[in-house]
Amino acid sequence: MAKRAVLFIILAALTLMFFRVLQGTGERTALGDLAGRLVVEAPETLGTQNVITAVVVTMRGLDTLGEVAVLFIAAAGVGFLLRRREKAAERQRRPASEILQTGSKLLLPLLLVFGVYIFTHGHLTPGGGFQGGVVIASALLLVLLADVSASVNHKLLSTTESLSGFFYAALGVAGLVFGAGILDNRILPMGAYGTLLSAGLIPVIYSFIGLKVGTELTGVLLSMGEDD
Amino acid sequence: MTEALVVFFGILMIVAAVFAIHTKNLLTAVIVAGVVSLLASVLYLLMHAPDVAMTEAAIGSGLTTVVFLFTLKRIKTEKEEDDNG
Repeated sequence: MAKRAVLFIILAALTLMFFRVLQGTGERTALGDLAGRLVVEAPETLGTQNVITAVVVTMRGLDTLGEVAVLFIAAAGVGFLLRRREKAAERQRRPASEILQTGSKLLLPLLLVFGVYIFTHGHLTPGGGFQGGVVIASALLLVLLADVSASVNHKLLSTTESLSGFFYAALGVAGLVFGAGILDNRILPMGAYGTLLSAGLIPVIYSFIGLKVGTELTGVLLSMGEDD
Repeated sequence: MTEALVVFFGILMIVAAVFAIHTKNLLTAVIVAGVVSLLASVLYLLMHAPDVAMTEAAIGSGLTTVVFLFTLKRIKTEKEEDDNG
């Protein structure tokens, strides 16, 4: 009984809290101070069409570097905890259905190209390294689900992951040395606004992030799905 | 129009979330939880946040669901091994 009463009080308090929040929110007709400044300044100084990318990769670039590091630690943890047991015998797995097999063959190249498109166009259109990387990981997952005999080159995966992580951090330090600060994108020529090769270092950085996230998540999915 | 859609998808989300908690079948719960994420990504899109919507759709409803499914499969096979041995 007492438990229920406490639960009820907590629920009432939460309702009151959210009601107060709800009361204060309405549709805004103009951008706030910070957002207004970013929308004007990001295309001018950093050369990105997509303002969010300018914030994520350059202005808050160190946060993104930390985020990538967190993802790396999480993937390493999964790999450590779910180490492949050597003795696990080759279990006979049911072959995938015809639809899945044909569909995966058809979709794999499209998904890979779409993933690469998302992270190379991060400074122009919505999306970026993380989204593109996840799309690539899901493309590889589709292959794993469809072809039960598919084997994955673990060495290639981990080498790609380590190298892209290293180059991402190295580019950050290069910004510190040659530019205005860590992960400064203006150490490469800016190019024409709105074209693929513009915004300096941002497409390069996002490509490394995309590769890193893609290979990392594929590794996580592999170690979760493979040994059973 | 957008407001009505937001309210509609929001209510749908709450219904799906409550269903995911109360259903007895774990597989159904995992899939419905993925649907909640998918609806959330639709909401983000309606609120003009395509970047967040893409992340939510790819990670929330795609990858997380798959990871949950793999975990579910693992628990089941380990249970069977315990029962047999």
